[in-house]
Amino acid sequence: MNWGSASEFFAMGGYGLYVWGSFGVTAAALLIEVALVKKRLTDTRRVLRRELAADRNDQYEP
Amino acid sequence: MSHGLINWFRFASPASFYPLAGKAWPWFAGLAAAFCLAGLWIGFFVAPTDFQQGEGYRIIFIHVPASWMSMFIYCVMAFWAAVGLTFNTRLSGMMSAALAPTGALFAFLSLWTGALWGKPMWGTWWVWDARLTSELILFFLYLGYIALTAAIDDPRRADKAGAIVALVGVINVPIIYFSVKWWNTLHQGASVSLTKAPAMATTMLWGMLLMALAFWMYAIALSLYRVRAIILERERHAGWVAELPEMQR
Repeated sequence: MNWGSASEFFAMGGYGLYVWGSFGVTAAALLIEVALVKKRLTDTRRVLRRELAADRNDQYEP
Repeated sequence: MSHGLINWFRFASPASFYPLAGKAWPWFAGLAAAFCLAGLWIGFFVAPTDFQQGEGYRIIFIHVPASWMSMFIYCVMAFWAAVGLTFNTRLSGMMSAALAPTGALFAFLSLWTGALWGKPMWGTWWVWDARLTSELILFFLYLGYIALTAAIDDPRRADKAGAIVALVGVINVPIIYFSVKWWNTLHQGASVSLTKAPAMATTMLWGMLLMALAFWMYAIALSLYRVRAIILERERHAGWVAELPEMQR
């Protein structure tokens, strides 16, 4: 174990800004990408469901 | 017809790849999470403090894997580009398009973490040296691919144009890789070599390899997920899309 306490862990031997700036931005970027991709698929499905429903309604018109 | 062989071309049809990708991505996501936890644990709690760089070297656990992935994903894109141009398969272009944003993200993270590592160790965020500049060009190649394919309305023509960019741009990948050998650069040499014993502690190496595996699995899971959205967007008028269970509501 490298760290005596939590504050030592967060200080990263004086390199805290650089280490956490790297890991933090990486984690945030990957999480944002996941959220965007999920949204893209759900949005696409929603639009396609509406289009299909509209097509079905057209066919049933007299 | 032989029964022992898998007909790989069957999976080249978007209609059969869409459900396959849907079944596969959770496994890769699970592996990514597991490798990430193990890699972070080793990276922060097992790997010792570096005798020269103190704790600042721990950026290596994301900087090197992100850089590797940025180059590797570009090679995979170029592979799909070549397949698409050769066999005229629709799925290849969709795969390239699904990989590009993730590749661009890793290229950005490589530059970002590199800047945050360069500042305390070299005293500068950025230098125009061969390694950094060629990685920046890789980032621009990704953005160029995305912008070009987005600017062309017909997806099949967009795929073809993008495939040319991917194939021409892949020459940059060996340039990045060997830049530290070919030119005098501020950047250090390769961290891991196939021919030499690694010049770092075994635990550091393991942390790095586990994080690389985590990013690799993440990239696979995410591009499989994204390619499903792309397939639906492009095949919206196909009969099989209308028959999907998620469309019956």
